[in-house]
Amino acid sequence: MILNVNGERHELTVDPEVELLTVLRDYLHLTGSKYGCGEGACGACTVLVNDQPARSCVTPVSAVIGKDVTTIEGLEKNGELHAVQKAFLATDAFQCSYCASGVIMSATALLKNNPAASEDEIIKTMNGNVCRCGTYPYILKAIKMAQLNK
Amino acid sequence: MDKRSYTPHPFEPTKSELPPEAARHTKTNRRSFLKRTGGGLVVFFAFNDLFSYSNESPAASTTADPVIGVDAWIRIGQDGKITVYTGKVEVGQNIRTSLSQIVAEELMVPVSVVSMIMGDTDLVPYDAGTFGSRTTPQMGTQLHKAAATAREALIAMAAKKWNTGTADLKTENGMVLSKRDNKKISYGELTRGNQLLMPVSEKAKVIAATDWKIAGKTIAKINEQSFITGKHEYVSDMKMPGMLYGKVLRAPSYKAKLLEVNILKIPGVTYVQDGDFIGVAAPDIPTARKAMQAIKAKWHEEAGQPSDKNIFDWLFTHASGPHDDRNAGDTQGNVENGLSHADFKLASTYNIQYIAHVPLEPRAAVAQWEDGKLTVWTGTQRPFGVQQELMDVFNLPKEKVRVLVPDTGSGYGGKHSGEAAIEAAKLAKEAKKPVKLVWTREEEFTWAYFRPGGVIEVNAGVNKDGSIPAWKFINYNSGGAGLETQYKISNRRIAYLPSDTPLKQGSYRGLAATANVFARECHMTDLARLIHMDPLEFRVKNLEDTRFIDVLQAAAKAFNWTGPKSNGHGYGIAGGFEKGGYVGCCAEVMVTNNKEVKVIRIVQAFDCGAIINPHHLENQAMGSIVQGLGGALFEAIEFADGKIHNAGLSSYRVPRFTDVPAIEIVLLDRKDKPSAGAGEACIVGVAPAIRNAIVDATGVALNHLPMIPAGRLI
Repeated sequence: MILNVNGERHELTVDPEVELLTVLRDYLHLTGSKYGCGEGACGACTVLVNDQPARSCVTPVSAVIGKDVTTIEGLEKNGELHAVQKAFLATDAFQCSYCASGVIMSATALLKNNPAASEDEIIKTMNGNVCRCGTYPYILKAIKMAQLNK
Repeated sequence: MDKRSYTPHPFEPTKSELPPEAARHTKTNRRSFLKRTGGGLVVFFAFNDLFSYSNESPAASTTADPVIGVDAWIRIGQDGKITVYTGKVEVGQNIRTSLSQIVAEELMVPVSVVSMIMGDTDLVPYDAGTFGSRTTPQMGTQLHKAAATAREALIAMAAKKWNTGTADLKTENGMVLSKRDNKKISYGELTRGNQLLMPVSEKAKVIAATDWKIAGKTIAKINEQSFITGKHEYVSDMKMPGMLYGKVLRAPSYKAKLLEVNILKIPGVTYVQDGDFIGVAAPDIPTARKAMQAIKAKWHEEAGQPSDKNIFDWLFTHASGPHDDRNAGDTQGNVENGLSHADFKLASTYNIQYIAHVPLEPRAAVAQWEDGKLTVWTGTQRPFGVQQELMDVFNLPKEKVRVLVPDTGSGYGGKHSGEAAIEAAKLAKEAKKPVKLVWTREEEFTWAYFRPGGVIEVNAGVNKDGSIPAWKFINYNSGGAGLETQYKISNRRIAYLPSDTPLKQGSYRGLAATANVFARECHMTDLARLIHMDPLEFRVKNLEDTRFIDVLQAAAKAFNWTGPKSNGHGYGIAGGFEKGGYVGCCAEVMVTNNKEVKVIRIVQAFDCGAIINPHHLENQAMGSIVQGLGGALFEAIEFADGKIHNAGLSSYRVPRFTDVPAIEIVLLDRKDKPSAGAGEACIVGVAPAIRNAIVDATGVALNHLPMIPAGRLI
């Protein structure tokens, strides 16, 4: 099986039904994407598949063959943080930060698809990402800052 | 199935709040202590009077090799680097940052020079655990003192070197400077070639909060970039050479007993069967899953276990006698007499459901055996507690078990126990390879422990003048924290009665205060309503503690408590004093004609003494408020017959973006007061403030948590 992850081609042998998250984490050692619930309900595993957000914990790896997968590790370009990461860094939004990768990937997709998203649209779109530490107001602030910095 | 899962959680909330006693148990000997600390200047915090050591050459051999009890230490290396060793752990509360700020402040160095070694049982002194908001008041205070001792010692060393008095010297940016002739020398140069071991001096002068330059300021989370780039390695991210992936067979319900098991073995998989514990370790997750599916087990399940529908009757009828620890409550005066003379009486019962912590990183552990020594990396709030559990299970001495806690994906009081560590260690022992075990969300929901459910009966009297002549407050099962009232009440009987909990229960953010403050503050508002007194005025009238009054009034002012209300809207207020922090909370709700309830805004004032890091403090307060919304409005564990029916994030509802109202946090920076912990107190006022706002809007008193699981009044 051949996978394109973060612009790199990976060849590996794995049961096609195995979820993308496990392949990323355990086979490619891209552990930035997190396991939170295993049913696509918390967003900690969010990655981009052809620039669209996907819950990698419920996505069979076979579903991304021939597509471009981007994980949190792929956001930096030439050692420079992505604008969304920069905004989160400046906001110091998170506490335990276990949700951070998924939140940042969801926000990246949101701003790519809808750069001028209203506050209401941001809140609705981000509702699939759980931050159990409850930092939502700071996450919102960071996303708005990323909007301005684009 | 691991039998340990069935026993009640060994650390009852109230007991786990008592680290000072427990911390005295573990001791180390001086030689190993010196070996562990290495060269340079080491200032350690000890319980015993150890000044005798400071006069000794540390290299001198001692026949007695005295035992010392050390709580934390700071080492100033010959390169000028400052290392702090503490058994506290980072689970998102940002103490790695705040404790670094404290040490940097006292030693007058940039924060970047300070590094924290946390939660590694081989390297750090014993610590009972990270809970009960103890880190800041306990460890923070000690580190202030220890770093101040080090600063004074460095000045004394420079004075000796330059043959001058200490009065002419000062410290700045990692240097000792002579004010007279501008001579300077770095800390590293001063300590070079020396191995100095000294205890904290009680006389060391800590810097007053009003003079802080590094503490008291917002600085960013240490290592923040590693978290937002996905590079930080949580335990669940670890990978070691040859590492296997573990899975454990779970019983279908609590108290189930394994009758028979048929294991169809898969090549390359390690199997462990030890009583009811059956686990596998495989080279990859898919193989581990296949191996689990090929295990067919028959269980005897115990019928007739209570459910969330009859739990309150159960807890009430299964209660035992009064609890005998420090949270047992108190009795003063004569409640019956007070009630009989009151102008009005009010009796209510408050019911509290079990809820789950839901740390987003579930329990995880990597275990490795090497030459008879067990090393486990695991996300726990009690590294030494988990070390003890492993010592007990594997019958090992302390020096043969090392537990390390990398910065972990949260806990909220829910990660005190070492289940995953034990399971991974059992598998790794058999496999003779490192084994990683990460609990699934369903396992975390089912086999960890819960915030206790409970029943609280309150019967109180109130007079027309606003005095409270009687207060009877009996808590069944939910725990003793926050039991005591801060209001002036002469006749009172307050008690906590444990019950036979059908679910494993343990610590939670704020512990039982989430339940006790809810019942108390609901009842206070209802008493005020009986006599048509403003609920804020009623509280203030019955309080003596000005800090408590201050937070209530600060919240009310920012909220515009006396301002106009829209139709269908209600205002509620509640206050709490918990873990050294004072919180005042105001809430506005809107109740529509079809009885939908919407929380419009929350204003919370918080005083936890001198603020160390304003942004991180506000973030903690925010997190507590948001988490408090869940327990207030909709979080509840659904269970019956020993099964959890909503053991997933699609069925157990936690607060999300759309649940968050407008939240304003007012921080009162009391530089004249010692800093208290901030992780817990802010959760306690949220539920009662919302409930009191609903009463204000509708007259409907919701005396149960959660209040509106379906989003509306029923």
